[in-house]
This record gives sequence, structure tokens and C-alpha cells, in this order.
Amino acid sequence: MTEQKPHPQVAQPPTGWQTRSDVVFRVVAHVFGAAVVLLLAAIVLEVMRHAGGAMLKHGLGFFSGSVWDANRGQFGIFPEIAGTLYTSFWALLLGGFLGVTLALILSQGFLSRRGELVMKNIVELLAAIPSVVYGLWGIFVLVPLLRPVAGWLNDHWGAFPLFSTRLSGPGVLPASAVLTIMILPTITAVSREALAAVPPRLAAAAYGLGATRWEVIFRVMLPTASGGIFGALVLGLGRAFGETMALAMLAGNAQTFSWSLFSPGNTLAALLANHFPEAGEYEVNALMYAAGALLVITLTVNILGSLIMMKATAGLKGLR
Amino acid sequence: MHRSDKNLLRTLLALLGAALFLLGCNKGSSGQAAPAASSAATPAADTTITLQGSGASFPAPLYSRWFREYGTKHPTVRVNYQATGSGAGIKAFTAGQTDFGASDAAMTDDEIKAAQGNVVLLPMTAGHIVLAYNLPDVKDLKLSREAYVGIFLGDVTKWNDPKIAKANPGVKLPATDITPINRSDGSGTTFVFTQHLSAVSEKWKAGPGTGKSVSWPAKAAVGGAKNDGVAALIQRTPGAIGYIEFVYAATSNQPVAWLENKAGKFVAPTPEAAAAALAHVELPEDLRAWVTDPTGDDAYPIATYTWVLAKKKYGDKSKSEALKTLLKWCLGDGQKLSTELHFLPLPESVTSRVLKAVDGIE
Repeated sequence: MTEQKPHPQVAQPPTGWQTRSDVVFRVVAHVFGAAVVLLLAAIVLEVMRHAGGAMLKHGLGFFSGSVWDANRGQFGIFPEIAGTLYTSFWALLLGGFLGVTLALILSQGFLSRRGELVMKNIVELLAAIPSVVYGLWGIFVLVPLLRPVAGWLNDHWGAFPLFSTRLSGPGVLPASAVLTIMILPTITAVSREALAAVPPRLAAAAYGLGATRWEVIFRVMLPTASGGIFGALVLGLGRAFGETMALAMLAGNAQTFSWSLFSPGNTLAALLANHFPEAGEYEVNALMYAAGALLVITLTVNILGSLIMMKATAGLKGLR
Repeated sequence: MHRSDKNLLRTLLALLGAALFLLGCNKGSSGQAAPAASSAATPAADTTITLQGSGASFPAPLYSRWFREYGTKHPTVRVNYQATGSGAGIKAFTAGQTDFGASDAAMTDDEIKAAQGNVVLLPMTAGHIVLAYNLPDVKDLKLSREAYVGIFLGDVTKWNDPKIAKANPGVKLPATDITPINRSDGSGTTFVFTQHLSAVSEKWKAGPGTGKSVSWPAKAAVGGAKNDGVAALIQRTPGAIGYIEFVYAATSNQPVAWLENKAGKFVAPTPEAAAAALAHVELPEDLRAWVTDPTGDDAYPIATYTWVLAKKKYGDKSKSEALKTLLKWCLGDGQKLSTELHFLPLPESVTSRVLKAVDGIE
């Protein structure tokens, strides 16, 4: 009778080292998790603390006023709030359309595997370009390209509010155009992931029922991935709200708001970037108030976005 | 040992190693100064004194050149200068974070009070602000006082406005829109420019006034960040006009306007004309003089000194001595470098007064 080899043990109790490292890992994870929450709280508190004086003095009039005059202590950010929302709206409209289209091209077999990979990387490279470079590109390349087009539109369609002024240089249109390119990688990447995550059996089933490619894309893929695509749009909008340098260079930094795409405007982030370095104590308070306003706007959009997304995807739970 | 345990251990070790390395670096840098200062055996020449300064960005090209040249001649003194902007420079100096500050707008009485009066303002160099414009076919544009104030007030909106045309007989001015370009960030340049506009025009004084940033009244006004941002905007925007430090117009070869001075003469913005403007100003006791509207036929109207802020009393003898020798060199040999970098060398009458003030530093 041969001696039986001892059976290799598959399961064993955790060693002391494993238990300890497990505890350490858990503590570290908790500490960092808590740190993120605390950091946000600390930022909000700090902003509010410095904004206090300006909040008491200017109250809600701060949001409707449109004069920013440090010499006379008059501060109002209506043009900035409107400008932030207006430029971001156009960027989201264009960037959303382009981004989702690109995501479809990159995920629905329109290109070869190789082509998809190359295109995907090129789009994602756009995210690696520094904001200042976008600003310079806007001033030196984009604006001279847009100027004749804007001039023609103003000449022929000047009665239309969107084209009611001439584009001298920086303005809403160049700012929105550059914002569009800047939020494109985020929207494309996240939408593409969402589309790729749709189970192939859904498409297969639709094809099996005789659906065409377009029907599959518009009736099956897009609705199923809508939650993720919506998330992509919210992320893109958040990026657009907070974008600073390129807009400080391209929005025109004018303390006015106009519906015209060609008139100069301003955004909250650009206002902060421009005025902080040389601001006196009282102006800093007003700037902090403006920063608080930007924070609230961004948070509101994110929360609203999440709520809408939850509502929209509630019916699609079973598919995943 | 389990594989993932090994990985974790490796990460931990790596982190620990990184922490030790950083600690070591810190020790190294602080330890470097300590033995040099304490060891009496080594010759005194080993003692390196570091002077920290920050402030105005307009004279920064000249300052960094000065401090570099000075550093090569005097290896024992190291000067760090950061161009953070005049306002930030005053704040850092008042808070004691720097050994000296620099400002294009000097210091206000309140700011001097905040520094407990322990400050001397030293004019180190001077410069002038020019109006650069973008009209391809127009050379040596002449702007009367009511024309350039009107442009920035938003009253003059077309290039062929009679107010502009009157001073430019025979020049074909286009009927295009004027885009006035201003600094979007707070700056000493804006302060000097608006101060001049306030001195020239009652309407400007009652409207936007004087400040490092003001509320620009012209409807078509566009803001650019920093001197180079404004210069870039002027260059790329047909029909634009904006104010920049002379240095930025000189290096980019942009056309600049002749301005009408107090005597009613049109003067080209040359360094000589700006020097003439400064020559007419008598420096007061505290060396804080503004050239808001210089007299003299040959004087260019918008010129300014820029100041270094130093303490009257430093606690540290070696530091104050090092700073004094540095400032004296800048006011002496250093002035020869000014012209090369498009700054105005200070006249003898001014440097002698400033040198006296430097001598007073303890």
C-alpha cells in the first residue's frame, strides 16, 4: 500500500499578519474616505467664513447687481452668473451632441478595432492639453477663423438677438467653442463606457426581431445607456462651470451680459482668477461670496443631475 | 507568505522609504545653513545671505536681471524675487514674509500704517505706459486728450470719429468699431493709467475713477489678463486699442499712439519723452511722487516710477547691510542695464536722493 500524500490545504485560517494588514487597510480606507468629506466641509466653511461680511452687506442684491467696482465697494455678479450658465449651455449642447455621436462611432462597430482604439486615444488626448494652450489657441487661431463668419451673420441676420453684435475678438462664441472641445473627452469617454456596458444580448435580440442598425442604436442602445450618458453630460457641465484659464482669456472679461453670441462676457471662475491676486481685504470677501455662489450652482446641477438620472434609469434596472 | 501580503508589505516599505527620503531632504537643507553660520573656523565668506522679495510684475524683467548680475559678482548674497503683483507684494512685505517688496502703486497711507510705518519707499526705475493699437494702414496715430479719454469712456466708438480725425489730417481712418482693451486683473499698470485719466478728465474722475481695477464704462470694452494678454489681444483684434507697458509694445513691435500732453503738444512715446516727463517732477520727502499729468512741451503724459519697499529698521544687521549694498549697486551700475531692457534710467538728481534714503536703513 502506497502512502497517501497529504492533501494540499485549500482553506486555512488567516495568519496574524493577514488579520493585521486587513485592519490597517480598513483604517486607511476609512481615514481617506472621511478626509474627502471633511475637506469639502472645510472648503465650504472657509469660503462662507470669508464671504460673511460681503453676504451681510450685499445680501441677495449681489446676484442681481451688475457692477464690479472695488473702488466704490459695489459688487454684483449677475453678468458672471448669466455668462457662466450661457457659455456652459452652448458648450453642453454642442459638446453633448458631438460627444455622444463620437461615443456611438467608437462603440457600435462603425470602425475597425484598430480605428476605434486610435480615435479613442486621440479624443482622450484632448483632455491632456493644458487650459492655457486652449486659451492661446482660441485667441490666435479660433477667433480669426470665427470673425468673418460672425461678421457675415451680423450683416445678414443682425436682427436676430443671437447675432446682434459684431465679434471683435473674445466673446461668448469663442469661449463656448473652446469649452465644447474641453468637455468633449469627458462626455465621449463616459458615454462610450456606458454604451459598451449594454449587454450584447439586447442588441442581438433586437437584430433577431428584424431591427435595422439604426433602430438598434436609437431604440435599444441609447435608451439603455441613457443613465450613463446623462452622467457624462452632468460631468461635462461641471467641468464647463469650473473652467477658468481658457475662459479668462476668451470670454472677454466684460462686466455685461448679452444674448448675442458675439459680445464679450464673463464667467464666475474667470472673475475669481482675474481679481484674486490684487484684491484688497473687502474685495476678497466679495470674491469669496462669488466663489460660494459658483459652488452652490455646481452642487445644485450635480444633485439635480443625479436625481433626474435616478428617475430616468429606474425603469431599466432589470436589463443590467 | 501570501502574495498579496508581499505586495502590501512592498507598498508600505515604499511609502516608508519615501517618507524617510523627504525627511532627509528637509534635514539636509536646514542643516546646510546651520554649520555654515556656526562654524567660526571657516572663513566668513561662506556665509550666504538670502534676501526674499516679491511684488510688481512690471519691473520684474529688470529686477531679475539686476539680481542675477549682482549674484554673480557677490556670490555670498542670493536674492529671490517673485513677480506676484504689486498688491500681493505689499501684503507679503507687511506680513513680514519677505525682506523687501515692490510696487508700481507705491503704498497708500493706510498700507504704510498697517506696516507700522516701518517702511521706506525707494524709486528704483521708471517706465511709461503706451496706447498700442491695431489699424494696419495707420502709422503714428495722434490722439488728443478728449479722444483717448473718450475711447475708454465709450463716447468715441468709431475710428473715423471727428475727435480722432481732427488731430490726424490727411490720414485715412476706417469707419470701423473701436475695441478698447483693458487689464482684467488688478494691476499697477491700470492704477497708473486710470490715475492719469482722472487727472485729465473730470468725467473720468467722477465715473470709473482711479484704481488697480476699475469698472470700465465702454460698452465694447474687452479685458485681457496681464500685460502680455492685453498685447496679444491688441495684436489679434482689428480696431483694438489698449494700454500696456512700453516694454511689451517695444518687443512685439506694435504701433503706438502719440498722445497730447498738458502743453497741448503731440508726443511720441519714446523713452526720452518719458524721461522728460519725470524730469519735471520734484520728489517729496517720502519719495512717493506721481506723474499724473506732467508739464513740459516734450513730456510724454503717462510715466511712472516703480518702488522697492524696504524696512526702516531690520533686526538683523547682516541682512540690512546686504540689502543696502544691493540697492546701492542697483541705483549705480544697475541703472546702465535699464535702457537695454526698455526701462528708464533714473536721473542723477533722483538717485542721489534715493541713495540717501538707502543709507538711512538700519
